[in-house]
Amino acid sequence: MDGFVRVPVREQDAKERATNFKEVCLGYNKEEAEKEALRCLNCPNPKCVQGCPVSINIPAFIEQVKKGNVEGAYQEISKASALPAVCGRVCPQESQCEGQCVRGIKGDAVSIGKLERYVADTAREMGIKPEGAKEKKGKKVAVIGSGPSGLTCAGDLAKMGYDVTIFEALHEAGGVLVYGIPEFRLPKDAVVKKEIENVKSLGVKLETDVVIGKSVTIDELMEKEGFEAVFIGSGAGLPRFMNIPGEQSMGVFSANEYLTRSNLMKAFDENSRTPIMKAKKCVIVGGGNVAMDAARTALRLGAEVHVVYRRGEEELPARKEEVHHAKEEGIIFDLLCNPVEIHADENGWVKSITCIRMELGEPDESGRRSPVEVPGSEFDIECDAVIMSLGTSPNPLISSTTAGLDVNRRQCIVAQEETGATSKPGVFAGGDAVTGAATVILAMGAGKAAAKGIDEYLQNK
Amino acid sequence: MFKILEANELTTNIFQMIVEAPRVASACLPGQFLIIRVDEEGERIPLTICDYDREKGTVEIVVQAIGAETYKLKSLKAGDSLADVVGPLGKPSDLCEESIDELKKKKIVFIAGGVGTAPVYPQAKWLKEQGVDCDVIIGAKTKDLVILEDRFKKVCNLHITTDDGSYGRNGMVTKALQDLWDEGNKYDHCVAIGPMIMMKFVCKLTEELGIPTIVSMNPIMVDGTGMCGACRLTVDGQVKFACVDGPEFDGHKVDFDQAMNRMKLYKTEEGRLYLKAQEGDTHHGGCGNCN
Repeated sequence: MDGFVRVPVREQDAKERATNFKEVCLGYNKEEAEKEALRCLNCPNPKCVQGCPVSINIPAFIEQVKKGNVEGAYQEISKASALPAVCGRVCPQESQCEGQCVRGIKGDAVSIGKLERYVADTAREMGIKPEGAKEKKGKKVAVIGSGPSGLTCAGDLAKMGYDVTIFEALHEAGGVLVYGIPEFRLPKDAVVKKEIENVKSLGVKLETDVVIGKSVTIDELMEKEGFEAVFIGSGAGLPRFMNIPGEQSMGVFSANEYLTRSNLMKAFDENSRTPIMKAKKCVIVGGGNVAMDAARTALRLGAEVHVVYRRGEEELPARKEEVHHAKEEGIIFDLLCNPVEIHADENGWVKSITCIRMELGEPDESGRRSPVEVPGSEFDIECDAVIMSLGTSPNPLISSTTAGLDVNRRQCIVAQEETGATSKPGVFAGGDAVTGAATVILAMGAGKAAAKGIDEYLQNK
Repeated sequence: MFKILEANELTTNIFQMIVEAPRVASACLPGQFLIIRVDEEGERIPLTICDYDREKGTVEIVVQAIGAETYKLKSLKAGDSLADVVGPLGKPSDLCEESIDELKKKKIVFIAGGVGTAPVYPQAKWLKEQGVDCDVIIGAKTKDLVILEDRFKKVCNLHITTDDGSYGRNGMVTKALQDLWDEGNKYDHCVAIGPMIMMKFVCKLTEELGIPTIVSMNPIMVDGTGMCGACRLTVDGQVKFACVDGPEFDGHKVDFDQAMNRMKLYKTEEGRLYLKAQEGDTHHGGCGNCN
């Protein structure tokens, strides 16, 4: 193989994986990883690092992989990222590090994501842990939410020597990593739990079952429980619906509900005590990564799955890799159409959905061409389940119970990008709670910036 | 882990537990609920809070065993622990927001049906503590199913009615309310908590009588924090989430037929799990879902 083509990564066969929840991508082995690592030119001015929201020293860790030094590579990544096994799997590398790689100009970019995953997985198997703080600072910081931004912020603060407690509303830590992203993309016990254990091994405490704003407020944490700073990484958890007729019929779910049942509550497993509807023919509305996750979950639970999206293939917001995997598995894409009504049978169960054809008009403010309805083009798709995956917005539970915390008109917390500082002194925020629904790695980048912001704030206090 | 300090059966399949949950106990107000998980593999079960002790850091739950999870919960004893207790969730009762003087001017009636009697108790007790009187109508199928009678007597004017007439008044709660109204009790505020079908018919009557009525909705729920949307219902033509916008709503504006229909969603699947749990290895069909 010449230097222009990346070492291919092994995957579970599409037909086989469409019927199970095991991981799709199998990752590199030692030989493949070291071979791929050799493709890295170790540029003096590495563009890939600039493309990484948490600025991992990518050439430096790849150099260690070339030498077969997994521990060295892992500690190099750990300096910047608390969740390498997660990022190696779910980051949109094609538009970040790999999108900047000079190898990509004439051929394939170096497979940075797969190398990161190899390092993290191998280090875990070898029992290598990240290095903690040498000295304690004796100051307490509260982190709200144990998703990507919270874990990153907590990990970084713990490495600096702060006494960090994460408060999680659900019964399990991980946020979207456990309730949102399915097992076949991100194994929970083998990967997510272990990375969270690593963050805890830095001295971070975790209290589950605490809904900030309900169980205790931010003011109470600061005034009564001795936390000198608070980071809000509560994500964007509120599902949107279309508000079309028939949406309350049985068999219509938010992607959040469907995925939470399957992922957090393990309903995909026959032995789980949480029920999930096993649809025969399921329509997913939306074209983002969450829609792909819901579609591929429904498929694995036995359904024929149609993704209905109002724009065209080029405009699908999901990662190319996810769309590609979904198609390989047999998911049908009904593009350029939009639901207008859901019909129920006499017992209230979904029986069909009426959609209307769309065509693309002028580009809107986001630069995407906005879809316009084609009059009289309505048609029905028979189905017994509809999953709405139209994006999510931040939960107002915290903002509505914290005086002095500014939010914008979309309920997103207003925070400075460089420091995470909000309008309330000592309170910082980042991730989807600030930006609205985005990616794991952008949330991690925000958590990282806020950890620095909090450190500066507490040092000057 | 959340330790169970007391566990008692109140009547057939309705039991009471006092559980250590300091954060919930210190923050909860009447009208709010909590979610528990019996064990590490358990379902998230939303339950109403029957009472709380801020100093001891305990909450009291009253539960009716109806499915696999609640039967499992019922099997636990004092000294055992629950895997999770999270809350308080939902908004406190509107009564907690009103000025005490306003409340004292009102003639308030609570209508409690079945296990819905439990969440009425903290509201009546809270009013008593503020020096506000109220009437409570407890409805049950039969005498043996009346719960919490002695505790209610200490905090309100209690009226009991049984469907079969075996105790107190004879008939449904709607009949009791109509009779009390006819006897001269001109209520200006009603809170009804119980099975959806009961709340629906109470609302029908109070609409005729012109009594503003609050109901507490208990639909299917997963997370309880507004994340899943499973608990959505239509109130005054708008979609609301019971977990964060409620659980209490203006009963005259709730679409009960839709809400009751949505409760059927997992009936067969829950029934299957219950049968499987009850019959264990001896389960060989009969649930309609396996061969």
